[in-house]
Amino acid sequence: MKLLTHNMLSCHIKNVRNGYPFLIEVVKVSEHEADFDPDFLKHIFPRINWPAFLQGAQSLGCREGLPEEAAESMLEDEGFLKRFHHALLEVFLEEGSLVCPETGRKFPVTKGIPNMLLNEDEC
Amino acid sequence: MTELSVAEIKHTHWNSNVYEPSDDTFLLVDVLQEYARKWESNKPRCCLELGCGSGFVITSLALLLRQLSLPVRAQLLAIDHSPAAAEATAQTLHSHQVGDVEVVIASLFGPLLDRLQGCVDVLLFNPPYVPTPDEEVEGRGIASAWAGGWKGRRVIDRVLPLLPKLLSPTGELFMVTVTENEPKGIIEEMKAHGFQGRIAGSRQADEETLSIVHLWREPPITA
Repeated sequence: MKLLTHNMLSCHIKNVRNGYPFLIEVVKVSEHEADFDPDFLKHIFPRINWPAFLQGAQSLGCREGLPEEAAESMLEDEGFLKRFHHALLEVFLEEGSLVCPETGRKFPVTKGIPNMLLNEDEC
Repeated sequence: MTELSVAEIKHTHWNSNVYEPSDDTFLLVDVLQEYARKWESNKPRCCLELGCGSGFVITSLALLLRQLSLPVRAQLLAIDHSPAAAEATAQTLHSHQVGDVEVVIASLFGPLLDRLQGCVDVLLFNPPYVPTPDEEVEGRGIASAWAGGWKGRRVIDRVLPLLPKLLSPTGELFMVTVTENEPKGIIEEMKAHGFQGRIAGSRQADEETLSIVHLWREPPITA
């Protein structure tokens, strides 16, 4: 699971109000090179929740060099784009958990795939 | 114009717990293959498959998009409620060297619904469409890949009401149906929610007549 996907997931347990973003518990992280595509990054940027992304990057150990706050103007800076690209698309959570910030419920991530299924009493 | 290539069955993974690519799967992919060039003008940014099974369809979509001249790559996501299917999809993607699709195990859009609201440009859905007793719908076994309950509509009818929220202004749905699901009736019903549609392809299979329902929002995109 990439941080791009982490950014799009929120806890959907019944009656949970602050289920975003998931905290990440890391067991294993991997890195795989992805094509550097500035246009993709520029288009996805407005859809990224930056604080959630930073928090995820911190957990996966790829926070370094990412600014506390991000603005559209930074997309002109190649150095920024490269660091954004790396953390968003090249670092994977292979094994670990996504933890609901409100309830502490853990959703396992196995072989890079998050299992977000709810139990009957959570729907 | 040369034909665009799609996933290969010899590089597709499934087992006894995962729906095997069948006539319905192939019809959906044939329709996408024929339609794909339209995406050069529609320019999808976010594509999602619900119920990805073996991964044959989402892999095909990823490969099709790669062969088009698009200004920006799309974000691609595949969802299945079966862990076995999600793993098969991941393997199928890997065997085709497709690295840009992320797989999530979830029931319907679950944890993605909030953040993907209004963002989905292409939604692919091969639902459990076979008419069965309603009790068979909720299971987590392989039967849930096809058991559709009354008229085969139980799962379809949970997804259709989410379309107005989920799809982007240029968003579109490609969904597999059989005659018992009343595909033309689905298109009629969705008109009230600002959608128009067509049957994008039909095929007679062993025991069923398959149709692909293609829905998009008004005003019309060229279909």
